[in-house]
Amino acid sequence: MGAGKLAIEVENLTKSYGKTEVLKGVSFKVERGTMLALLGPNGAGKTTTVRILSTLLSRDGGKVTVEGFDTAKDADKVRSVIGLTGQSAAVDELLTGRENLVMMGRLYRLTRQSAKKRANELLADFDLLTSADRPAKTYSGGMRRRLDLAVSLIAAPPIIFLDEPTTGLDPRSRIAMWEIIRKLMKGGTTILLTTQYLEEADQLADNIVLIDGGKVAAEGTAKQLKNQMGSDRLELVFSNKKPYRAAKNALTGMQLNENEAQLTLVVPVDNPNDDVRAVLEKLNAAKASVDSLALHKPTLDDVFLSITSKQGKGVE
Amino acid sequence: MATKLKFNSYPRVVQSLIDSAVMIKRSSTHIIRNTDQLLGTFFQPIMFLVLFAAVFGGAIEASLPAGVSYLNFLMAGIIVQTVAFGSTTTAIAVCNDLQKGIIDRFRSLPMSNIAVLNGHVISDLFRNSISTVVMILAGLVIGFRSSANVVDWLMIAGILLLFTFAISWLAAVVGVVAKSVESVQWLTFIIIFPLTFASSAFVPTEGMTPVLKAFAENQPITHVVEAVRALILGTPIENYGWLAVAWSLGILAVAIPLATYLYSRKSA
Repeated sequence: MGAGKLAIEVENLTKSYGKTEVLKGVSFKVERGTMLALLGPNGAGKTTTVRILSTLLSRDGGKVTVEGFDTAKDADKVRSVIGLTGQSAAVDELLTGRENLVMMGRLYRLTRQSAKKRANELLADFDLLTSADRPAKTYSGGMRRRLDLAVSLIAAPPIIFLDEPTTGLDPRSRIAMWEIIRKLMKGGTTILLTTQYLEEADQLADNIVLIDGGKVAAEGTAKQLKNQMGSDRLELVFSNKKPYRAAKNALTGMQLNENEAQLTLVVPVDNPNDDVRAVLEKLNAAKASVDSLALHKPTLDDVFLSITSKQGKGVE
Repeated sequence: MATKLKFNSYPRVVQSLIDSAVMIKRSSTHIIRNTDQLLGTFFQPIMFLVLFAAVFGGAIEASLPAGVSYLNFLMAGIIVQTVAFGSTTTAIAVCNDLQKGIIDRFRSLPMSNIAVLNGHVISDLFRNSISTVVMILAGLVIGFRSSANVVDWLMIAGILLLFTFAISWLAAVVGVVAKSVESVQWLTFIIIFPLTFASSAFVPTEGMTPVLKAFAENQPITHVVEAVRALILGTPIENYGWLAVAWSLGILAVAIPLATYLYSRKSA
């Protein structure tokens, strides 16, 4: 199949709808057997990227290959190595779970026996065996998503696209979905996941590409991205405006993050031991008594917010 | 991941036939499970048949050739009308698919493009055949009689199947173009309603105004109705048999490529 270790290669990908530029030169690579999370706010271009990768949409410029096949020139070859789980659960509501699986298996070119056998296996794996012969319209949201994912795995494709697989799910179903995704990764499937949930990317992905406004804003492992944010943060909460203002004056010169409405000040600290003491001594001198204080490690949220807020709003 | 998966390796043509068969099975299952629509499929034609025969029968029989009952005259018209209105179902099914996420799923599969449309069109052929048979049986109950022999009936079946196939493909075009199920309904209505009523389906064209008469006598519904009617009543078929087939083939020649093209372009 060529292309060495790379399952997906996207280079300088561009796409516009009319005059609206949705993708302005996106590049990333996904190695075989790894998971990449495309993270970004609504309208960043995540879904557009997945639609181009899964041959549903044509691109304007750049290079896009999946397992070494060009998505535009070799669409059918790409289609036979991918599975797609979109934002809306794409199952046939009038067919039963089992019928959905067998039908899609046949369309993936599986033999009838193979499709049936594999359907049974997936129904068991995804905890759907008891409702296998009920129409999908009677399924709960979580069951539908599981069926949807099962359907995209029917031919065991080496590459899976998961477009916001947990959006709209309750916490328990979300965690169940994560378990399933982890199992897939263990089996060696290459996964491209899009998500708005930082926790999801943090929990699951080997690598994260943060896209915003149609461009790659940052990329790396979760750890690398958090390190980019640098220091820990000391959060100080005051009981009223008087100590809040006194503290603010006492700490001028530091990179304060102020929130007067919530009476909170956030101070970056590079060296917790010395810096926290220095802050507290300054507050003490200014007689600004603190209501509560907490030291935070940087989260992906911080990375996300600090990067996306710089870039302004994207477009859908 | 336990079992080893086996894939077919048929030539492309065979594989696309399998795709169509899979999709026909899907659409047929939809028809069977959609109980409300299924009931409509049976009762609407019977209702039309009984009402038209009872309401118009007395008034129109006078203008029919001697010895022809209105029920026997009406049968061909009501069958063609049912088939024509029934094509709305194809349009709705196609439109429904396109509105839902499932179409992205189909598009991301290595399947033949035309199979989705084929599934809807061909399963509707089955549905229409069943409702036509039901209607003929109901007609027999209330006094419909035909002099047609087996060969005539086979010809009737052939003409009707071809016409149903053609009009369902036309409906598929509407289904792909329409933006919602509501717009499918009025789009098909404004095409089908004038065509069926400004035709010889329910009344002879002799009494129509000249302009209307000229239109009625030169449009597909009339030609198909006249062909079927001649075979049912045992009167000379004239050119209507060939005209009916020609119209159907003509519609197919335009509608199949158009629907497939529009379908593959949609949402891209």
